[in-house]
Amino acid sequence: MLTLTFFAILALALAFFVIGRSRAVAVVHGDVRLLHSRPNFHGILALLLSAICGIAVLLLLGTMGAVWIETHLLSAILSAQPDMSPIEAELVLSDARALASGGIASKSDPLRLEIAQQVARLGALHHWGTVIVSLVATLVAGLWALGKISSDWRARNRSETIIRRILMLTAAIAVLTTVGIVLSLIFETINFFNNIDWQVHKFLFGTTWSPLSGVQAGKLDPDKVGAVPLFAGTLMITVIAMLVAVPVGLFSAVYLSDFASPRVRAWAKPMLELLAGIPTVVYGFFAAITLAPFIRNSGEAIGLTIASESALAAGIVMGIMIIPFISSLSDDVINAVPQSLRDGSYGLGATKAETIRQVVLPAALPGIVSAVLLGVSRAVGETMIVVMAAGQGANLTANPLEAVTTVTVQIVMLITGDTEASTAAGPAFTLGFTLFCVTLLMNIAAQRVVRKYRELYD
Amino acid sequence: MLDTTQTLLTERTMSKDIKISAKGVDVFYGDTHAIKNVDLEIENKAVTAFIGPSGCGKSTFLRCINRMNDTIDICRVTGDILLEGQDIYAKSVDPVQLRARVGMVFQKPNPFPKSIYDNVAYGPTIHGLAKNKAELDEIVEQSLRRAAIWDEVKDRLHQPGTGLSGGQQQRLCIGRAIATAPEVLLMDEPCSALDPIATAQVEELIDDLRQNYTVVIVTHSMQQAARVSQKTAFFHLGNVVEYGDTNKIFTNPEDSRTESYITGRIG
Ligand SMILES: Nc1ncnc2c1ncn2[C@@H]1O[C@H](COP(=O)(O)OP(=O)(O)OP(=O)(O)O)[C@@H](O)[C@H]1O
Ligand SMILES: [Mg+2]
Repeated sequence: MLTLTFFAILALALAFFVIGRSRAVAVVHGDVRLLHSRPNFHGILALLLSAICGIAVLLLLGTMGAVWIETHLLSAILSAQPDMSPIEAELVLSDARALASGGIASKSDPLRLEIAQQVARLGALHHWGTVIVSLVATLVAGLWALGKISSDWRARNRSETIIRRILMLTAAIAVLTTVGIVLSLIFETINFFNNIDWQVHKFLFGTTWSPLSGVQAGKLDPDKVGAVPLFAGTLMITVIAMLVAVPVGLFSAVYLSDFASPRVRAWAKPMLELLAGIPTVVYGFFAAITLAPFIRNSGEAIGLTIASESALAAGIVMGIMIIPFISSLSDDVINAVPQSLRDGSYGLGATKAETIRQVVLPAALPGIVSAVLLGVSRAVGETMIVVMAAGQGANLTANPLEAVTTVTVQIVMLITGDTEASTAAGPAFTLGFTLFCVTLLMNIAAQRVVRKYRELYD
Repeated sequence: MLDTTQTLLTERTMSKDIKISAKGVDVFYGDTHAIKNVDLEIENKAVTAFIGPSGCGKSTFLRCINRMNDTIDICRVTGDILLEGQDIYAKSVDPVQLRARVGMVFQKPNPFPKSIYDNVAYGPTIHGLAKNKAELDEIVEQSLRRAAIWDEVKDRLHQPGTGLSGGQQQRLCIGRAIATAPEVLLMDEPCSALDPIATAQVEELIDDLRQNYTVVIVTHSMQQAARVSQKTAFFHLGNVVEYGDTNKIFTNPEDSRTESYITGRIG
């Protein structure tokens, strides 16, 4: 019913739009040049005002009303039986609700029946009240807007102000969500550090990661929460991935933008971008089932013992996954380098290779750097491939042929494991927060670099 | 009567040596026929001006002379263009080498995103014209001096060339083109972004270049064409309507279209 009201409000608002528009035309007897704002703006203002008022009232009454009913009923229960505990009162209320909607209650005594009646009455009142009041608000706001229409009513400025506010609000939602996430990360991190008695250095510099093995009465063992192996693993896999992705991605971008014929380009570019559409799970089992055994077998052939899960396999496959990001973005920025620069270079007798190396790539560098950074953040945040191909053991090693684990994998293990959520959440959130800080710093550094180049070349 | 002018003309062209000669050149952009059967002989160590209304194919023809049109996929050139008797569209000719001999300055200034010094040093470096840093410095300084911009940039050689004003950028591009020491310099409206003083400097430079180089310049300014060039070709709708001594074209044009263009009635 409330959804229906919502659509009714929208329909009314639309009607106000149409009426407002024609009314604006009518007040000046068809000569729209006399209007301060064009008829459309009068319509839009009526639409915005009526829709906003209606929806705001609907939301407010809907939520506040429910809250008010709840407190009212609880106090009614408590005044009928003053010695009841609040929890019991809530039980009575939920039983009464069940009775009111014809469900099954734990008990049905006179009090419950009495409250159930009230629930039904107030509920209906609230429901219809909300519907009617919000529709009335819509009508009032819309009619007010219609009444205001005259040749010098500044509908354009007003509607633009409203639209600007709406845009601001949506931007604020995005920002506030981010802030909220970061704040919750920070709080959980503080909790975690509390848990290990603020021995932060044990987390940052310790080399043993096994947080859940030493839990005693919800207390973690500070000697087993050293995150160094995880960050080392992340770093190693990221480096391997970038060693694969950057050269391949960049060279294919150069090929596509400057060497490929339009025909080749027309099918090669979508093919490359198709790589980006493959779900990472698929990459993961490709790494685990095809590449890792292949690496192990070829290692054995030359007398090396290689773990069946290795950083190398995960890194290579992750690199393949990142190629399209780098190639596609670099291709865009390389294409954006003006033809006149290339012409200038060719006009001096430079070859294609010289032109690309000395003119095109330097000009495209800021874009390429940000493409690479996007790739790095993908690599750092990637989980699926590592879970399947690199292992879960927190191994501190510099050998890419051994199994390693990464920050993200450990977060997954902690959250999906069967340890109590409150214990596991601490280390997980702290890892997440640290990862967030690392990527943030990286982004800031990268933007510095990019800005410096921009200044130089723009 | 006609015969005698013909022989006179032939004699005159025979007496000077010809650097570039185009025979029956046609250029197509896809289906657009931009240059229609053009014959043109460009004198060695002289300045030749191309004039004509916008869109008549001046830039297109200019770009044929150093095969810059190769970089445009849809562009097709037929006919012969000979540089010192050698067909530049022959299979054996490498466009890269050709462009080192036939340099180009573009209509819009296009400095590379490099320092002023590196902009000028670019050509000499890739062609190995300097044996050491000192020689390179010398080439850079000389080129910038000749492009009439040295005094303005000598203290900021290592700042980006893109930070210069439009007119300075254009002179930088001229300096960059001279630094490669081409035999022929093609200039497509080199002064369209310049103020009168810089224009005068560039015109002086062009006059000076005539000692050693063959210069072909596209210009929309009749005065400029009259001032700097010895020969003028009037382009109209892809044809060369009239070609001859600049003096003759500007004082006594043969074709009525030329006359109306230079007196400002078409274009
Ligand atoms: N890259 C291109 N693709 C398609 N057509 C082109 C291209 N360049 C030029 N043309 C066409 O060729 C014709 C000649 O163009 P061109 O640039 O040679 O004229 P122009 O004489 O230099 O003109 P302006 O004085 O305005 O520079 C025009 O009709 C133009 O539309
Ligand atoms: Mg042109």
